[in-house]
Amino acid sequence: MSAFRSLVVKETRHILRDRQTLGVLLALPVVMVLLFGFAIRTDVQDVRVLVVDAARDGQSLDLTRAVAATPALRLVGVDGAPAAIEPALRTGRASVALVLPAAFGASFARGTAEVLVVTDGTTPNYAAAAEGYVRQVVQTWAAQQGARAPTVRVATRMRFNPEMKSEALFVPGLLAYVLTLVSALMTALSISREKESGTMEVLLVSPLRPGAMVVGKVAPYLVLAFVNALTALAVARFVFHVPMRGSLAALLVATLAYMLGSLALGVLISSKTPDQRTAMMGTLLGLLLPTLALSGFVFPISSMPAWIRPVTQIVPATWYILAARGAMLKGLGFTGLAKELIVLFAMAALLLVAASRSLKDRL
Amino acid sequence: MSNAPAPSFDIPPGTAVWARDLTRTFGTFVAVDALSFDVAEGEVFGFLGANGAGKTTAMKMLTGLLAPSSGEALVAGINVAADPDAVKRRIGYMSQRFALYDDLTVRENVRFFGGLYNLPPAVVRERLDALLADLALERSADERVGRLPLGWKQRLAFGVALLHRPAVVFLDEPTGGVDPATRRQFWETIYATAQRGTTVFVTTHYMDEAEYCDRVSIMVDGRLAALGTPAELKARFGTDSMDGVFLRLARNG
Amino acid sequence: MRALLALVRKEIVQVLRDRVMRIQIVLPPMVQLLLLAQVMTFEVKHTNLAVVDFDRSTASARLVEAFTSTGRFGVVLDTPSPARADDALLRRQAGAVLAIPEGFARDLRSGRAPTVQLVLNAEDGAAAGVVQGYAANVLAGFARAEAATSPPAMTQRFVRARPGVQVETRRLFNPTGAYRPSMALGLLASLVSIIGILLTSQNIAREREIGTLEQLNVTPLTRSTFLLGKMLPFWALGLLELALGLLIVRYGFGVAFVGSPLLVFAAAALYLPAVLGLGLLISTAAQTQQQAMFLTFFALVTMLFLGGIFTPVRSMPAWAQAVAACNPVQHFAETIRAVLLRGATAREVAGHLAATVAFGAVVLPLAVLRYRKTAD
Repeated sequence: MSAFRSLVVKETRHILRDRQTLGVLLALPVVMVLLFGFAIRTDVQDVRVLVVDAARDGQSLDLTRAVAATPALRLVGVDGAPAAIEPALRTGRASVALVLPAAFGASFARGTAEVLVVTDGTTPNYAAAAEGYVRQVVQTWAAQQGARAPTVRVATRMRFNPEMKSEALFVPGLLAYVLTLVSALMTALSISREKESGTMEVLLVSPLRPGAMVVGKVAPYLVLAFVNALTALAVARFVFHVPMRGSLAALLVATLAYMLGSLALGVLISSKTPDQRTAMMGTLLGLLLPTLALSGFVFPISSMPAWIRPVTQIVPATWYILAARGAMLKGLGFTGLAKELIVLFAMAALLLVAASRSLKDRL
Repeated sequence: MSNAPAPSFDIPPGTAVWARDLTRTFGTFVAVDALSFDVAEGEVFGFLGANGAGKTTAMKMLTGLLAPSSGEALVAGINVAADPDAVKRRIGYMSQRFALYDDLTVRENVRFFGGLYNLPPAVVRERLDALLADLALERSADERVGRLPLGWKQRLAFGVALLHRPAVVFLDEPTGGVDPATRRQFWETIYATAQRGTTVFVTTHYMDEAEYCDRVSIMVDGRLAALGTPAELKARFGTDSMDGVFLRLARNG
Repeated sequence: MRALLALVRKEIVQVLRDRVMRIQIVLPPMVQLLLLAQVMTFEVKHTNLAVVDFDRSTASARLVEAFTSTGRFGVVLDTPSPARADDALLRRQAGAVLAIPEGFARDLRSGRAPTVQLVLNAEDGAAAGVVQGYAANVLAGFARAEAATSPPAMTQRFVRARPGVQVETRRLFNPTGAYRPSMALGLLASLVSIIGILLTSQNIAREREIGTLEQLNVTPLTRSTFLLGKMLPFWALGLLELALGLLIVRYGFGVAFVGSPLLVFAAAALYLPAVLGLGLLISTAAQTQQQAMFLTFFALVTMLFLGGIFTPVRSMPAWAQAVAACNPVQHFAETIRAVLLRGATAREVAGHLAATVAFGAVVLPLAVLRYRKTAD
C-alpha cells in the first residue's frame, strides 16, 4: 500500500511542479466552454440575402423592405439582373437570392405572383433554413397585403430546450470533449514520458502490481479532470444559465465513470506507442475528430448511415453526452439514466482491465 | 547579433580562448563568478570541478549558447557576445548529452552536419571516409547511430564536432559512462587532434583524465580556484595526484 | 543553401524512417476522411413519430398519411394520451409528437385554418431544426392537396380572399442535396491543418528534449534557414496529403469538381506556411513536448470550431466572426469549397488567399524572432 501511495504522491508532485501545464489544464475547460458557448451557433442567423428585383414597382420595393427588416436576414444588395446571383453565391457574398420577376406588383394583384428563392445548396441545412426564412417573409408580407392564410397552421414546441439555446446543446458535448482530451492526453503523456526517460522500467520492476500502478498513475489526473468538469459545469450554469433539471449527483457519477474510461484509454494508447511524440499524434489524431463527429456532439446520430451507427455506440462520449443531456435538459435522475450509467461504467471497467493488461504485457 | 567591431583587447598572439571577468547570474544565484583565463592554440585545456561548480555554464557562454551577464570572452579571435555566429563557424562542440540523431545512420549524420557547416559534398565525403577509417567504422556507415555502442557514439560525435576543422573544440564531459579502455582510446584521439593544432577545451570530473591535460583549471562554486599544469598544481598543494589537489580545494572551499 | 538542403533532407529521412510516424501521417487522416465524411450530415432520414389524434377523422388520418408517405416519418405510437406521447419523447422512442386537435376536420372543411401541434425532441438541436423543416413541408403539401380536393364551400371562401404568392425554390451547386461534398472538403482542410500544426509544433520541442537542438545552436546555421528547413518538408507533406485526400473525395465519393483543383493546390501552397508557421511558433514557445502539445491542442480546437467547417461562421456573434476572419483554417476551408463545389475563380477567392498569406506573414517572422540560438 505504501508503494502505491508513494506513486500517487510522485504523480501529484509532477502535476503540481509544472505550473505552466497545470495552469493550462485548469484554464482550458473554462476558456473552451466560454469561447464556444458564446461563439458556436447551430441555429442559422444573419443570412445574407441578395434581392434580384426585375419589377421595381411599389410591391417589389415593399417586399424588399420587409426582407431588410427581418432580423434573421441581412440584405446585402439589390440587383436588376439574375446574372448577379451565381457570382454572389459563389463568392459567398450572399447565401440566398430572392428573385422578383418583372411586373411582380401586377401579377400579385391578379393573384398569380410567383417568386424564386435561390440558395447555395452546398450545406443543405443552411440552405433549408435560409429558404424557410425567406419563404416566411414572403408569406407574411403577402398575408399583410390581404392574401389568404395557409389552411393548416402548426404550433411547434421544442421539447427539453424550448428556446433552442445552442449553449444548452453544446455544453454536454463540450464537456465530453474537454474531459476526453485532457484525461487521455495527460495520462498518455505522463506514461510515455516515463518510458522515454527510462523510469518506467524502474516502476515495472517494483513490487507494484500493474493494476495498482494504473490506478496510482490515474488517480491524481482523475482529481484534476474532476475539477475541470466542475468548473466547466459552473460556467455553463452561471454564465450561460444552462438548466440543470435532473440530478446533478447522477451527472457527476456519469462524469466520474467517463473520466475513468478516458484515463484508462490514455494508459492504453501510451503503452502501445514507443514515445511521447507518437502517443500525442495517436491521441490527437485518434480522438480530436472522431469525438466530435461520432458522438452526436455536432452531427445527429440518427442522421448517420445505418452501418456506422453501431460504431457510435462504442464511443464512450456518445453515452456521456446522452447522460449529460438527460440530466441537464430532460430532468432525468439515476433511474432515468440507468442504462447510460451502466454502459459508461462497463466501458470504464473494460478499458481499465485492458490498460493494466497492456502494462503487464511489457514485462 | 550586432556587427559592432569588437573592442580591441590586449591579447597575446597564439591565444585560442581568452576570458576576462566572465560572469553569469541566474536571478540572485551567481553560477559563474568573474572567470578569467587564457588558453593557447593547440593546448589541451582541462576544465574541472564538482557537479554544479559552473563548468557547463561557462562552456555555454564560450560557445555562444548562453549570453554572459558581464565580462568578455574571445574565442578564435572573435568576440563571442558580439558575433556568436562567426564564433560558431570556428568552433566544434560536443555536449554531455550525446547529440547526434539516433534515427539517422552514421553517414547521414555526418552529411547533415557537414551541410550545416556549408562544406562541399566532396569534402564531406572525403572526411567521412577518413573518419570511418579512423574509428574502424567502415562497415557500420549505414547503420543507425542509435544501434552503436556508447563508446563508438561518443567518438563519432567527437569526429562530427571536428568535421569542419574548427580552431577550438569544446568537449563537455565527453567520456561520461564509458569503460576505462574506451576512455583511454578517446584521449588518444584528443591528443592527435591537439597535435594537429586544434585547441581542445574539455570538462571532466575524472581526476585521472586531468593528468592528461596540458593545463588544468579547477572551478569551485563558480570561481576559478586553481589554474596550472598538473605538475604545478600537485606541487603547490603538496600531493602526488590530481585527486589530492581536488580534495584540498573542495575542503577549503 | 547547403545548410538548408542538409536540414530538409534530414527531416525527410527522419519522418520516413519512423515506421509509426509513416503510418500515422497517412493512414488515420485518410481513414478519418473516408469514415467521418459519411457521418457529418444533418440530413435526418427517418424520424419516429408519436401521434396523438383527438379528432379521429378521415382528414386527420390523411394528415398522418401525408407524414408517413414521405418515407421520412414512421408512426411508432398512436395514443390518445399526451402524457404517454411525452414519455416516448423522453425515452427517445419517438423523435417527434404530432398532436391533432378535436375539430380538425371540421375547421379544415369550413376554411378556419386549424392548428396542429408538433413537439420535437430538441435535446439534439440540429436534428430538431431539420425535422421541423420537413414537417413544415409536409403540412404545406397537405394544405395544397386539401385545397385542390376540397368541397365548394371551402373554395368559395378562398375565392373571396386574395391568393398568396407562389414560392419556388432552387438550390445551386449541389443538385443531390448531399452534405458529403461540402463536409468531406471541410474535413480534408481540417486534416491537412491538423497534421501540419501537429508535426511542426512538436518537432523543435522534441529536438530540445533529446539535446540535438543545442548541437544545432552551436553551428553557424541561421535562424531563418533553420525554420525554413523545418517547414519545407512538412509543406511538401501537406500538399501530398491534400492530393491523396482530393483523390478520395473525387473518386471515392464521386464528387464532381466544378472549379480547378490546380487553384486549390496553389491556395494550399500559400496557406500551409501559415499553419506550419503557427506550429513552429508554438514549438519555440514551449519548453517540453508536453507543453507544445497542449498549446497545439488548444490552437487546433479553437481554429477548427471557429473555422466554419462544422457550423456556419455567419451565425456566430459579431466578435466571433471577427475572430474567424483571422482564422487561416476558415479561409482555406472556404477556398476549397468555393473553388471545387461552386467553381469560384482565382480572383473570387483572392481575399481568402490574401488573409492566409497575411497570417503567415505575421507568424513566421514571429517564430524567427522568438527562436533563440543564444539564451538570455
